[in-house]
Amino acid sequence: MVPEPELELGWVDRELSEEFPDLALWTIRIRARSGRSPARVRERLGVLSNRITGGHVIHMRQDPVPWAYRVFWRQIGLDPDTTRTPVEQIALDRLQWGGLRSRNLLDDAITIATVETGVPVLALDADLVGSQLGLRLTGQNELLGGSGRPLSARQIVVADEDRCLAVLSGEVAEERGVTPSTTNMAIGAIQVKGVPRISVEEALWTVAETLSVGG
Amino acid sequence: MPETLERRRPIAPYPQGPPALPPLAPPTAPDERPARRTLLDQIEHLERELSSLFISTWPRKGFEFSVASRGGPRLLPLAELELLRDDLATRVDDARRSLSDRTYLEEKHRCRIEEMLLEPEKHKWVRIGNDDIGEPGCKHWHVRPRWGVLGMLMNWWRVKISSGCPLAQGRA
Repeated sequence: MVPEPELELGWVDRELSEEFPDLALWTIRIRARSGRSPARVRERLGVLSNRITGGHVIHMRQDPVPWAYRVFWRQIGLDPDTTRTPVEQIALDRLQWGGLRSRNLLDDAITIATVETGVPVLALDADLVGSQLGLRLTGQNELLGGSGRPLSARQIVVADEDRCLAVLSGEVAEERGVTPSTTNMAIGAIQVKGVPRISVEEALWTVAETLSVGG
Repeated sequence: MPETLERRRPIAPYPQGPPALPPLAPPTAPDERPARRTLLDQIEHLERELSSLFISTWPRKGFEFSVASRGGPRLLPLAELELLRDDLATRVDDARRSLSDRTYLEEKHRCRIEEMLLEPEKHKWVRIGNDDIGEPGCKHWHVRPRWGVLGMLMNWWRVKISSGCPLAQGRA
């Protein structure tokens, strides 16, 4: 039995919360390392991949949670048929590759959580980010991660007190992301309108539980 | 009393018309939120319709469902939200019309299959596949003469129904 990590609700920029009142960032901080996935995790990926069929992928866009992210993607100016929501991208990759491929423990944990719940999850190195994570719009001349690629103004990003850490569509700043030497992780999940809180909690706990199995 | 009878012309205060005043600025900036809220709701509604149409069209091919990205993820200005809503509405209309046209044709093909089965000699060499009736798979109905040339001469026709898709690899 893994002790449940404490769930934290991140801050949301006022302009953003006025536009999307149900938008939220939930995070947990856990002590864990990535690395090669153990057999149990790889087996779980195999079982999950058997659940994803062509018909399942076609109907996925009418399932409540994947559909909620699809609508949100559309409302923030993304085409969900080009920039796929994470759960749709995983499902399409599964069809293309014939299975869910194991990459490393963290990525596998995120894949399992996303397929199980439909909620997109991102991971950061907790020692390299501030204590308060949240969502805001970028200002002029901001760089991803503080020193990465330039971001255009008014993009929606995950940020700490000082800098942008990840773009909402999934790109994480390289210098703030999880590396093989990371020992503390901040795992975040975005909640949007139509997604129940329990799905978000389950996504985060699934990641934590899977990482604990490997660690 | 000529002075009192004289009609006095009213004196216009500004012979060339009143001076143009600068337009009054509204005391506060207009609140865009209700309009934005409505547009976001409309986008949600249209996305639902587009998703339903996508599922209804499967497994048919040749439909277009993509609506161009607006360079997100970002907070779209009001004008871009309107354009996005309009693009979505156009896409939904196009998809609905295309699906309607396609299902009409498919119905015609289904009727023709029935006629072929009843009177094959009236539909010589006609071949209708699953694609034509909006079904997945490779099955097709083909009106062919019974016993080759003899059937053609004797006007003996029948409908051959294929047994499905060819194997990806040959028989083991």
